Amino acid sequence: MAVVNWLKRHFVVIAGLVTLAYLLLPNVVVTVFSFNRPKGRFNYEWQEFSTDAWRDPCGVSGLCGSLSVSLQIAFWATLGATLLGTLIAFALVRYRFRARGAINSLIFLPMAMPEVVMAASLLTLFLNMGAQLGFWTILIAHIMFCLSFVVTAVKARVMSMDPRLEQAAQDLYAGPVQTFLRVTLPIAAPGIAAGALLAFALSFDDFIITNFNAGSTVTFPMFVWGSAQRGTPVQINVIGTAMFVVAVLFVLASMAVGNRRKKQKA
Amino acid sequence: MATLTEAPPPLTPAAPEKKTKPPRRRGRLVPYWLLLPGILWLLVFFALPMVYQASTSVQTGSLEEGYKVTWHFATYWDALSEYYPQFLRSVLYAGSATILCLLLGYPLAYLIAFRAGRWRNLIMILVIAPFFTSFLIRTLAWKTILADGGPVVGALNTLHVLDVTSWLGMTQGDRVLATPLAVVCGLTYNFLPFMILPLYTSLERIDPRLHEAANDLYARPVTTFRRVTFPLSMPGVVSGTLLTFIPATGDYVNADLLGSTDTRMVGNVIQSQFLRILDYPTAAALSFILMAAILVMVTVYIRRSGTEDLV
Repeated sequence: MAVVNWLKRHFVVIAGLVTLAYLLLPNVVVTVFSFNRPKGRFNYEWQEFSTDAWRDPCGVSGLCGSLSVSLQIAFWATLGATLLGTLIAFALVRYRFRARGAINSLIFLPMAMPEVVMAASLLTLFLNMGAQLGFWTILIAHIMFCLSFVVTAVKARVMSMDPRLEQAAQDLYAGPVQTFLRVTLPIAAPGIAAGALLAFALSFDDFIITNFNAGSTVTFPMFVWGSAQRGTPVQINVIGTAMFVVAVLFVLASMAVGNRRKKQKA
Repeated sequence: MATLTEAPPPLTPAAPEKKTKPPRRRGRLVPYWLLLPGILWLLVFFALPMVYQASTSVQTGSLEEGYKVTWHFATYWDALSEYYPQFLRSVLYAGSATILCLLLGYPLAYLIAFRAGRWRNLIMILVIAPFFTSFLIRTLAWKTILADGGPVVGALNTLHVLDVTSWLGMTQGDRVLATPLAVVCGLTYNFLPFMILPLYTSLERIDPRLHEAANDLYARPVTTFRRVTFPLSMPGVVSGTLLTFIPATGDYVNADLLGSTDTRMVGNVIQSQFLRILDYPTAAALSFILMAAILVMVTVYIRRSGTEDLV
């Protein structure tokens, strides 16, 4: 009975931790199997410990090339989507104008559409225009689907901003440009950064839309997809592990910066 | 459609819009200049492609001779009658995954919002970090986890879980890979963060004093949850289920990597029609039917779930 009572009292904690374990289990497997030395093509069964793959992550032809393609696309897509998205977010929060409802819908719809529908329709457009599928069509597609997410992230931040701060700046004789650069932009920056980070993650990891519009260009997710059929090299697990570690460190660092700011304010 | 488009952004907590007039600016055209580049992008690369797809779906012809618009609506009927099993399967798998995500995600979101204390940030990072690592690599890892004769399948066998799932048609014999169960497991895994984050945002906004009040009024924990916490978290439940169900219905990655030819979903059909068979009219029609089906289901769902602030 004691056990049952204990389980009852801590039900939420136990169930929550089980879910967390379910979420992290694949990451653990990816990390462990990055130290495997597989026999044959597939890296699905544990054979013996080895650090070969870590010492030579680019040892598989095409892997690091695809990584660099993905990084380039993610960089430019983030830049484009963040720029366009921030402008839209400011317009939507700061101004009342006609067609506001229609524009809100146009921004919401890409997020409510299954990716395969967007991917397929974009492909029909490119085929009809006779566009050469490759780097540029991927970039266009990525900016398109990242845009809505940036708008939502920036909008949330700008909405919670006190307009009196800008009025105060203007009362102190700051010009519009000065007000924007010294007051508005710094306050909106966390929202813009969050939007940019999200855009980068979405673009870097996108498979479905890229699969339709890539032509013969191979991004990292495309490389992983292809290798799943041919036999996955251990190096893919190395990259997966490295990405996880970098992501955790990055978030930890950004939180440390945030904490220091809070302390400075106090 | 109108109800869908009025919904607030799903992933971020929407602050109530201020009713006060925004500061006046010179030039009434300013907002239009700000909007122009981004909206143009969406019109040309999101709205226009939909029009092209609509026109492709009513074309006939062949790849060699070219396609012409002949208003051949029968393509829709043919596609639907040939591929309705895949449609049903998509809805079934995505629906099961959504329910599992809700059951699994709710306790974790609750844990982060109310119980985690100083562990909150760490758990948050562990939920978000997988977002930044390739989901394809993680999905492939499920092949190792669910491998025939592996520890997971062995345990499920000893506990006679596989007997039950086999009887339900979710597995075959003593394997999990290449069965519907594996696909649903992958879908649940892939879209779980999309459930947890909106749930967390809506739970976090609940005033803990409401729990104390319910407690003071002699409500047992279960009653407090049923009458106070859960109703107040409905916006999170609705946006979480939508964020899980919509992408899961169109997904073809899980069905391809973890399933077999018997688990093909509508996304798999669209993908192979477009990229391998090159039958563009059928593919376009299928993708339109999928879009329409999802819009209808989502609209009905939002109406019925009755969360005012989402409609």
